[in-house]
Amino acid sequence: MKLRWNKLIPRYLILTIFMLIVCIPLWGALMSAFKSNSELLSSPFSLPQTWTLENFKEAWTVGRFSQFFKNSVFVTTVVVIVSVFLSILSGYAFGQLPLPGKKLLFPLMLIGYMVPFEAVIIPLYHWMGALGLRNTYWALILPQIGLSVSFGTLWMSSFFENAPQELVDAATIDGATRWQTLWGILFPLSRPATTTLIVLIFMWTWNEFLLALVMVQSESMRTLPVGLAFFQGRFSSNIPLMAAGAIIVALPTILIYILFQRFFIRGMLGGAIKG
Amino acid sequence: MRKANHYPGESKWLGLLYLLPAFLIYTLFTLIPIIETFRSSFFEWSDLGRTSQWVGLQNYFNLIQDSSFIKAFTNNLIFIIFYSIIPILLGLFLASLLGRYPIPGFSFFRTVLFLPQVISMVVVGVIWRWMFNPTNGPINLFLAAIGLGHLQQAWLGSFQWALPAVGSIASWVQYGFCMVLFLAGMQRIPEEYYEASGLDGASAFHQFFLITIPGLKAEIAVALITTIVAALRVFDLVYSTTKGGPGESTLVTGYLIYRSAILNNQIGYGAAIATVLTLVILSVSFLIRRILSDRNEVV
Repeated sequence: MKLRWNKLIPRYLILTIFMLIVCIPLWGALMSAFKSNSELLSSPFSLPQTWTLENFKEAWTVGRFSQFFKNSVFVTTVVVIVSVFLSILSGYAFGQLPLPGKKLLFPLMLIGYMVPFEAVIIPLYHWMGALGLRNTYWALILPQIGLSVSFGTLWMSSFFENAPQELVDAATIDGATRWQTLWGILFPLSRPATTTLIVLIFMWTWNEFLLALVMVQSESMRTLPVGLAFFQGRFSSNIPLMAAGAIIVALPTILIYILFQRFFIRGMLGGAIKG
Repeated sequence: MRKANHYPGESKWLGLLYLLPAFLIYTLFTLIPIIETFRSSFFEWSDLGRTSQWVGLQNYFNLIQDSSFIKAFTNNLIFIIFYSIIPILLGLFLASLLGRYPIPGFSFFRTVLFLPQVISMVVVGVIWRWMFNPTNGPINLFLAAIGLGHLQQAWLGSFQWALPAVGSIASWVQYGFCMVLFLAGMQRIPEEYYEASGLDGASAFHQFFLITIPGLKAEIAVALITTIVAALRVFDLVYSTTKGGPGESTLVTGYLIYRSAILNNQIGYGAAIATVLTLVILSVSFLIRRILSDRNEVV
């Protein structure tokens, strides 16, 4: 059944109201970032009279966001590549391969998906300190992979369980090894599942705060969210500058979200259901 | 779970080889630390965590008598209203208004409604600190502009208003997620249910409570688990808006763990709080799933 215009218009009206509530603060921050501090005070949500990139320049150089950006990009790239690769292997193990103790191992992997970083941060903080790994990329990367492969394994195993069995059997009869079947037959089919996993792990790692806050004391090792939190402590009265910093942190996730939103939404709705 | 087929001549241990790398890193950096957090909650630590002494349940006894912990945990429970109840009610309300027919262009609204979900909570905190700014924040400016200047507050700096203010930020983040979840779920409820009950004379109101809500049981379970867990583990948002203040008026368990174990070196005590928090989160997710999701496609 299709709705007529007289029924559609009130629906659009309701949606627009709820959409505006989301947009107004974000719009205000976006506009502030291009204004001078004095112009902001007169009208927070208007378009800037003179657009300026000064705030971004200052955040990037004085605020050292260029360094934080590099750290975030490096940590996120490594975590995403390693976690997704390991999750494909372990998901394949659960979904397709003979695996003794599967009934015990599966719920064990599930725990990691449900516990917060608060559950692991205290020992990790002391061990990384004892090993001299605090303030290194290792302390940011390894625990993040440890937590990511938990969700990744669950996510990929449900893909491999439902993969078309005829293809797997046919490949095996043709003499393909399990390794060849995985990468030659199933991996190309897994693109939607893998893409979803990549964008979710990207977002979680990029936005991770507690781990990076605790593991890093030296300014040069901060990731973007931690950098922004300390930046706020220093420049809280300079709102345009803060807004520029906030946009630098948020822009990469927003861009990836807009490009891959189908995968994002499916993952977050489906991922929540899986959990 | 499907029984993995086992080809002739293949080792029945093959799966372990593929599982091993992920499992190893997961065990080292997640499983063992969880166990270690639990274990260290029975010790009193000194010398920056280098020496320890068994104290049994002492940390837990201290915990239930500690007014900071009680305050923090109560605040987590209050946050459930803002993280979970308000967004879910808003989501159901919107879903009932929009109905179950496709709306052209809905995907555009969906994109925007979902947006707060992907933004770092520190960014959200920074933006809302500006919104709530007492002197030049848009909320106070708006109140003054519409002649309600007497309602202006130092929102995040006020003992009375800081908690609801931070809480409303959480509602702002979560409601789009709930709406999208429920609207997607409504498309799945078979049209015949509505037709049949319509012939029997059921009103839209009855249909909503007797068909839509039960039909959305799985989605409601998902929304409850996700948002309640988010309310219990909240840290980033509080850190970037109030750091638990003023006083302890927005203190939450996550922040208390950070304050005790990391800032103040009370390792055993922090570990006891972390253990309680983890157990609460695990039991909440388990219970909700048990009560609400009896449908196979969801579990």
